[in-house]
Amino acid sequence: MKNPLDSLWGTVISGLVLTIVLYFVAHKLVVQVLA
Amino acid sequence: MEFVPAIMRWLHLMAGVMWIGLLYYFNFVQVAALKAAAADNTAPGITKHVAPRALFYFRWAALVTWLAGASLLGKNFVAAFTLSGSYAVIGIGAWLGTIMLLNVWGLIWPNQKKILGIKPATDDEKVKARRIAFLASRTNTMLSIPMLFFMAAGAHSAIYGF
Repeated sequence: MKNPLDSLWGTVISGLVLTIVLYFVAHKLVVQVLA
Repeated sequence: MEFVPAIMRWLHLMAGVMWIGLLYYFNFVQVAALKAAAADNTAPGITKHVAPRALFYFRWAALVTWLAGASLLGKNFVAAFTLSGSYAVIGIGAWLGTIMLLNVWGLIWPNQKKILGIKPATDDEKVKARRIAFLASRTNTMLSIPMLFFMAAGAHSAIYGF
């Protein structure tokens, strides 16, 4: 399998996917405290 | 002394723009430029005159950005890094920035010294150093995307849905 970091598009898409994953992680951590 | 946080925020933004701006220059411009320059033997112009200067500002801007950011967190430093409650938002940004700083000083700069001939290295070591520095730099470009999101969200949580 090709390393996505070898291409600029692969790098940017990986960053966007990581942002979405971390958004839900952060949301869960913040909501846990407010609940 | 109440002006200190404002100065630190300003410094954090200025140094951060220089750090991430140069990171994007390396990844979006210099990598492709070096490949094209190698074809007509003009690459030494970049590796000798441009890259060392860009790397100087890059690595020191990274350190200043982190120090100014740590100073901004102040007494909330531990809460942010332990992702406590609402500090989880800025904390994730702070962790990503910290990993990126360690990448700069622990992987990118030591390997760039070998590539640019600042530190003696064999041809095999240079090939290995080039791959490590490239992947560390690409990793930082990838991490910069969520890092910038969480830095902005930490300061403007309401519009980001936190």
